[in-house]
Amino acid sequence: MRHILSILLENEAGALSRVVGLFSARAYNIDSLTVSTTEDPTLSRMTIVTHGSDEVIEQITKQLNKLIEVVKVIDLNESDHIEREMMLIKVRATGKDREEMKRMADIFRGRIIDVTEKTYTIELTGTSEKLNAFIEAIDRSVILETVRTGASGIGRGERILKI
Amino acid sequence: MQISGAEILVRSLQEEGVEFVFGYPGGAVLEIYDAIFRQQQFKHVLVRHEQAAVHAADAYSRSSNKVGVALVTSGPGATNAVTGIATAYMDSIPMVVISGQVSTPAIGMDAFQEVDMVGITRPCVKHNFLVKDINELAATIKKAFYIAASGRPGPVVVDIPKDVTQRLAEFHYPESVSIRSYVPVTRGHPGQIKKAVNLLAEAKRPYIYVGGGAVQGNASAEVTELVKMLGVPCTNTLMGLGAYPGQDQQFLGMLGMHGTYEANMAMQYCDVLIAVGARFDDRVISVPSHFLSQPKKIVHIDVDPSSIAKRVKVDVPIVGDVKHVLRDMIDLLKQTGQQVPQQHLANWWKQIEEWRSYNSLLYTPSTEFIKPQYVVQKLYEITGGDAIITSDVGQHQMWAAQYYPFKRPKQWLNSGGLGTMGFGLPAAIGAQLANPDAQVACITGEGSIQMNIQELSTAKQYHTPVKVIALNNRYLGMVRQWQEFFYGTRYSESYMDALPDFVKIAEAYGHVGIKVENPADVEPVLREAFSPALKERLVFLDFRTDQSENVFPMIQNGKGLDQMDLPPHMRDLQIAPFENNRDYGNMC
Repeated sequence: MRHILSILLENEAGALSRVVGLFSARAYNIDSLTVSTTEDPTLSRMTIVTHGSDEVIEQITKQLNKLIEVVKVIDLNESDHIEREMMLIKVRATGKDREEMKRMADIFRGRIIDVTEKTYTIELTGTSEKLNAFIEAIDRSVILETVRTGASGIGRGERILKI
Repeated sequence: MQISGAEILVRSLQEEGVEFVFGYPGGAVLEIYDAIFRQQQFKHVLVRHEQAAVHAADAYSRSSNKVGVALVTSGPGATNAVTGIATAYMDSIPMVVISGQVSTPAIGMDAFQEVDMVGITRPCVKHNFLVKDINELAATIKKAFYIAASGRPGPVVVDIPKDVTQRLAEFHYPESVSIRSYVPVTRGHPGQIKKAVNLLAEAKRPYIYVGGGAVQGNASAEVTELVKMLGVPCTNTLMGLGAYPGQDQQFLGMLGMHGTYEANMAMQYCDVLIAVGARFDDRVISVPSHFLSQPKKIVHIDVDPSSIAKRVKVDVPIVGDVKHVLRDMIDLLKQTGQQVPQQHLANWWKQIEEWRSYNSLLYTPSTEFIKPQYVVQKLYEITGGDAIITSDVGQHQMWAAQYYPFKRPKQWLNSGGLGTMGFGLPAAIGAQLANPDAQVACITGEGSIQMNIQELSTAKQYHTPVKVIALNNRYLGMVRQWQEFFYGTRYSESYMDALPDFVKIAEAYGHVGIKVENPADVEPVLREAFSPALKERLVFLDFRTDQSENVFPMIQNGKGLDQMDLPPHMRDLQIAPFENNRDYGNMC
């Protein structure tokens, strides 16, 4: 099953490689990973999307917690949460495709952020499924390039991951 | 006053009360060695290979309650240390390894003797540091010792670039350390402890399974008290040997791949299992599904939450320091007066005594060939069971574990997790330095001893009179045993051809060497080696043992605890399968 893990860790050199190294050493999966510093510059916040049985997810959380630099780990799946991913997608936009592409971007609440005679670059934010749906919805052959950030997640309401 | 980084390091080690630093100099650590030269507080032990420095520091730690310290140079010094670090990591041994590094501006330039030590060791350390700022050096050393020794212990590497050792700074050693992201648990949850005690009070076939966590966690007294007050059987893992006294009636011997019949059968057929600082690893329970096919309730006490429910789902997990948790369990049992139901327990013991009566460690004595088991038994007799025993890896390791019933924790030092050949001799040196008055023997084989035989030189220099008990069967015995059983006796590369004359080697290093070929000579030669006349000497005993001897019982890969390959004398016995509600009325 797909799980989305939120990790608060010390913003120190090597901390990221410890997390990534743990996943490869123990043969766990990383579907996506995002990381950046928080409002407190000594801390980084990481979101990892992974999949595995309940036992594997339990081990992953325990092993992450064991890393000295990891402050806290939560499995966002355990309660309501919001997740967002951003995608930049460059598409061929010529002839009749040009109008169609603009319309699709609008339907998906995307924004065209760069325009040339032959291309659009569209910024699209949403759940990973929404981004997948956009890719499915347009003609594959017009896609020139995609860049996705991977999902970032946060708990709903009062649920807070903080020291 | 400002002092150099090297001096800060040395002062920090002094503040930690370090007695010995095991190491080997080189370019990146010259400044540190100069600072060591100018101090008298701790001794430096010069090994002959960095792997041995780490094993010696590791065994120094295993045989005492202190943190071992090793010091190596950058590049090959650092990579040579890695096997030792991984060995300590697998067995949760507290240790600080300091490695030199090229100067900070040279890092990443493929400089001479540069290697990414922090990167290389990341998967086999509890934690590691690269110190780029001299002002953080003292605090980092403090953290390293704290992390190494607290929680589930383990090795910590501190990589120090050469320019950091040369720069100057004020020295302030922090009195305490707190790391917000690292807060090890000590006390177990009272509710869980209560559940564990309630399970025991309903147990028909209780069993206590004790691993290395009880040794490292200094919980031997609590283990013994709990087992005694409940009157229940107890087993130790390879790493746990000595945590419960090996000669006691309630001790069923070691369990696992080469465990005794009774220890393994009890593990399979118990109905309430208390696991203490043990981790249900593959060499102990073999296949988890087979182990769990016999229903049982499992209580698992461990300081490391990730050890719990890793291979086996448990009913009552208790995260905490085993010593504290067992103490709380004992107190609760005393308070409530709860006991294991006596009638069931009596039946359980009858079953166990039946299993024990088969004497699964029986071997066929010989007047023609020296039996390796016999050597270990005689060693036990002659040392009064009191010696600190180190071992290498292979058949001899298993025979040492089976035939030397350890009396106390920290008496048996072996590489159980990683299985590192070459551990025994440097470990014996480290143990002897930690315990100058103890008898220390290294049980080894002709294969393993040659993986760090150069340490005979270190032993000479530092006057560590360890006794090397080489069970020399001219084979990589465990490999040969597997080839005999599973590869149609195709002994591929397991014969140790062109063996050296170990007596001459011992003599060349300035020690005493004795070759023993006749079973009748085993006892007198051992007596001589441990006699007052040779008390101050390292004695290398080269026992030419029976080449065909195998380690039994044995659990093959993929088989369960109750599916052991039995020793020859048990193979024709009609052993009744275990029955849950058997009537033991007429037995015994």
